[in-house]
Amino acid sequence: MAKSIDVSDLSIYYGKFCAVQGVSLTIEPRSVTAFIGPSGCGKSSVLRTLNRMHEVVPGAWSSGKVLLDGEDIYSPSVDPVNVRRAIGMVFQKPNPFPTMSIYDNVAAGLKLQGRRPRRELDEIVERSLRAANLWEEVKDRLERPGAGLSGGQQQRLCIARAIAVEPEVLLMDEPCSALDPISTLAIEDLIEQLKEHYTIVIVTHNMQQAARVSDRTGFFNLAGVGQPGRLIEIDNTQRIFSNPAEKATEDYISGRFG
Amino acid sequence: MSILKTPVPGASTLSGTSTLSGARLRRGTLALVAVGAIAVTGLLETFTPVSGWAGSVLMAAAVYLVGQTVISFLVEGRRHALDRLVTTAVYAAFALAMLPLGAVLFKVVQRGGGLINGTFLTHSLRNIGPTDTGGGVYHGIVGTLEQAALASLISIPLAMLTAIYLVEYGRGWFARLVTFFVDVMTGVPSIVAGLFIFTVWVLMLGLNRSGFAATLALTILMIPIVVRSTEEMLKLVPDSLREASYALGVPKWRTILKVVVPTAVPGIVTGIMLGVARVMGETAPLLLLNGFTSSINFDPFSGPQAALPLIVWDQAGRPNPQSITRAWGSALVLIVMVLLLNLGARALARLSRTR
Amino acid sequence: MSDEQPPIEEVLATLAPAPAPLSTGRSVRPGDRIFAVLSGGASLTLLLIIALIAAFLLYRSIPAVRADTTNFLTTSAWFPDSTPSTFGIAALAWGTLLSSLIALVLAVPVAVGTALFIAHFAPRRLAQPLAYLVDLLAAVPSVIYGLWGLFFLVPQMVGLQTWLADHLGWFPLFSVGSGSTFKQTMLNAGVVLAVMILPIISAVTREVFLQVPRDHVEAAQALGATRWEVIRLAVLPFGRPGIISASMLGLGRALGETVAIALVLSTNYVISWKILEPGGNTFAANIALQYGYAADLGTNALIASGLVLFVITLVVNIVARGVIARRREFAGAAG
Repeated sequence: MAKSIDVSDLSIYYGKFCAVQGVSLTIEPRSVTAFIGPSGCGKSSVLRTLNRMHEVVPGAWSSGKVLLDGEDIYSPSVDPVNVRRAIGMVFQKPNPFPTMSIYDNVAAGLKLQGRRPRRELDEIVERSLRAANLWEEVKDRLERPGAGLSGGQQQRLCIARAIAVEPEVLLMDEPCSALDPISTLAIEDLIEQLKEHYTIVIVTHNMQQAARVSDRTGFFNLAGVGQPGRLIEIDNTQRIFSNPAEKATEDYISGRFG
Repeated sequence: MSILKTPVPGASTLSGTSTLSGARLRRGTLALVAVGAIAVTGLLETFTPVSGWAGSVLMAAAVYLVGQTVISFLVEGRRHALDRLVTTAVYAAFALAMLPLGAVLFKVVQRGGGLINGTFLTHSLRNIGPTDTGGGVYHGIVGTLEQAALASLISIPLAMLTAIYLVEYGRGWFARLVTFFVDVMTGVPSIVAGLFIFTVWVLMLGLNRSGFAATLALTILMIPIVVRSTEEMLKLVPDSLREASYALGVPKWRTILKVVVPTAVPGIVTGIMLGVARVMGETAPLLLLNGFTSSINFDPFSGPQAALPLIVWDQAGRPNPQSITRAWGSALVLIVMVLLLNLGARALARLSRTR
Repeated sequence: MSDEQPPIEEVLATLAPAPAPLSTGRSVRPGDRIFAVLSGGASLTLLLIIALIAAFLLYRSIPAVRADTTNFLTTSAWFPDSTPSTFGIAALAWGTLLSSLIALVLAVPVAVGTALFIAHFAPRRLAQPLAYLVDLLAAVPSVIYGLWGLFFLVPQMVGLQTWLADHLGWFPLFSVGSGSTFKQTMLNAGVVLAVMILPIISAVTREVFLQVPRDHVEAAQALGATRWEVIRLAVLPFGRPGIISASMLGLGRALGETVAIALVLSTNYVISWKILEPGGNTFAANIALQYGYAADLGTNALIASGLVLFVITLVVNIVARGVIARRREFAGAAG
C-alpha cells in the first residue's frame, strides 16, 4: 500500500465552466500533502478528482491525467468503483451511516467485498478502530449507533471506516472544520501516525494545521472572479511557510488576503 | 492519546496485487445479449404456448435479464453482475408502471374516440334505448361540472381557512388534533363519505337524492386534499416576509391576507386544481346520492342529476355493445377533463416557478 | 415564487397603517380576533364532520347488528332483509383483505423500483417529467380503471391465469375447480387495485428517497460501492420507514376502493383462497352493488359494514402516519 500519485495538466469543469485549470503535481507515498488556498480556489475539487468522486456531481468532468503508481485512473478501462476502493476519503462533515452500529460502520466497506468469517471481521474492525485512536472509547458499545458519538469521535469513526478496506491513499477534505479544538488535535495526532502507512492528502482552511501536519504543501489560488483556480506552487511545507517562491503565496501566508 | 501499537492492516499483503481496471462489458456485448434473448424467446415460443405480444415481451425481458446477469457474473464478477441486475430491474419496474397508463389512454381513445362528435357532447341519453345508437353525455358533463364547482365553492374556503389556522395560528393540542383529523379525512374511503351523507341527507333528513347531496360527499373528499396542499405552500413562505410586514406595523390578519397568501397563491391554485380533478372522477358516492336520470337537469338542488362517472358505470354494466361503446365514449370525455385539469395545474406550477 | 409580485416593500408600504397612538385600550385588534376565530372555526368544523361521520354511522349500525340473528363478525352470508335476518362481514372482510394484499404484493416492488428509478437512475433532466407521468396514473378516475380492467385487462389475463393454474395448481392459492373461466377473479381485481395504488406508494417513497442526505451517499461511494451498493448502504436503510408507511397508505386506498372492484369482480359471499376462481366480495363493492336492492334493515346492515371499513382504514392510516412521524423525529435527531 501507500502509492504515489502523479497529476499532469488536470482541468476540472462543471458543465462549461472551468473551475480548475492545468494542475500538475506529484504526491509522494507515505507523506502528508496539504492543499491550502482561499475559498473557491478549487482545492477540494482537485482532491475529489483524485478518487473520481467529483464525477458524482451532475455535469462535472475533467481532463488531464491522474496516475496512481503509474496507472491512469481515468483510462476508459478503469472502473471508478475500484478507484474509490483504492483511494479512501474522509469528508468535511462526519458522515457515519446513521442506521448502522459503530461496528457495522467500520465493516461496511469490507462487507461489500464479499462474506468473511465473523472472527476475521472482528479483528479488522478492532485494528481499524485502534488505528483511528477510537478503540478505547467505543470498545464497550460497538453495537450502539454510530450517530450517537460526538463529532470528533464520529470523524475518527469515518477514518476507521476508510482505512478498514486498506486503501493505498487517504484523502481528507477539511476533516477538522466541523470539530472543536480538542477533537481537531486528536485528528492531527492521528494523521501523524497514519502517514507511516498511508499516502495522505488533506485539504484545509487552517494554515497552522497545514504547517503542523504536512510534509508538503500546495497553494491554490484564483486569478480573479469567474476565472479558473490554479495551483500556484507546491513545495516542502517548511519552504512554503518560510520562503515561498511566489509572491501570491507569501501574501496569502502572511494574511494579506484570503 | 493512545499510541498506535498494532500494525495497520495489510501493510505487506496488498501492494502490487490490486489493479484498478476490472474487466467490463462493452455495449456491443449487451446488444448481443438482447438479440440473443429475442432469438431464444422466438425459439421457446414454438414449444410453449405463450399467448399474445405481452407474454412475448415479458419472456424476452426475463431471458435478457438472466443472460445479462450470467455474462456479467462471468466477466465482471458478482458485485457488478448484481449492480447490472438491479439497474435493469429498476428500469423494468418503471416501464411496467408506465404500461397501464399507456394502455388505459390508448384503449379509451381507441374505443371511445369514434363516438366523439357534436351530438355526443350536446345531447343527453333521454329516450335512447339500450340498443339504440346516438344520444350523448351532455347531461353528465353538466352534472359533473356543477357538482365539482359546488364542491369547490364549499370546500375551498373551509380548507384554506383551516390551512391558515394550522400554519399561522395553530399551536398546542388543538392544532395537533386538527392535523391528525385532516390525515384521517384523507384516508376516508369515498364510499364511506357517500354512506355518511346518505345517512344524514336521505335517511335522517328525509331529503331527496340530488346533485347537491353528491356535492356534499365530494366536499368531504376534497377538503383534506386542499388543506394539505395549501398548508405545504404556506409553510414555504419565508418567515422573513412575515417579519418584514410586522416590523412595519401591519396587523397579523392583513399580513396573512396581503403578504403570505398572495405569495403562495400559484401553489395553492395548483393544489386546488388537483383536488378538483380528483373529485371529478369520484364514482362511489354518486352511486348512493345522485339518483338516476338520463335527462339534462341544470338544477343540482332538486331531482336526480347525472354525472360522467355515473354514466360510465351505468353503461359499462349493460350487456349490449352499444351501451359499452357509450361507456368508453363517456370515459374519454371524463378523462380528457381530468387530464386537462391536471396538466393545467402542473403547467401553472411550472410557470410560477420559472417566472 | 415571490419574483412575480410587486416588490415587497411597495406592498408593505401600502399596508402600513398611519401612525397611531400606541395604546388603543385593547390588546387584540378586532380584525385579528375575527380572523383567528374564522380560521379556528373552520378547523373545528372539520373535526365535527369526522365526529359526525362516526356518530351517524354508529347510530344506524346498532339496530342492524341488534336485529342480526347470527354473529355479525363471523357470518359470511348476507341476507339482512330476510326473516330471520342473517348477515355478517366475514366474507367481505376476507375479500377486502385478500384483494388488497394481492395489490400490495404486486404494487410495492414495482412502486419502489419506479421511485428508485426516478430518484437515482433516471437522467436528472428527465426525472421531474417522468415523476409527473407516474402521478398522472393517480389522476385516472377509478371507474375508468374498472372499465379498462373489465374489457381489456381481464381478457389479457386469461392466458397467464390458465398457465398458473396448469403449472402451479398444486399451490392452494392457484388451484381451481373444474371450468374456471379465469375472468372475473380475485387476482384480476388485485391487479387493477395494484395499478391504482402504485402511484401513491411510488410518490411517497420517491419523496423519502430524495431526502437521503448527500453525505451518506458520498460516504458509500467513497468506500468504492457500486450504484446498487450505494442504494443498499445509504438509500434503503434511510428510506425503509418511508416504504412501509407508503405501503400502508396504498393499503388504505386499496381497502376502500369501490367501483373498480365492483366492475371487475363477480361477487359472492364465499371465503376462498382460490384467487383464480371468480367470486369473493369486498366491503365497498358490496355497498355499491347492494344498496339499490336493500330495504330498511338491509340499508342499516350496509351502513354497519361501512363503519367496519371506516375503522379498518382509519387504523391503517393512523399506523402509516405514525411511522412517517417517527421517521421525521429520527431524521431530526440525526441532524
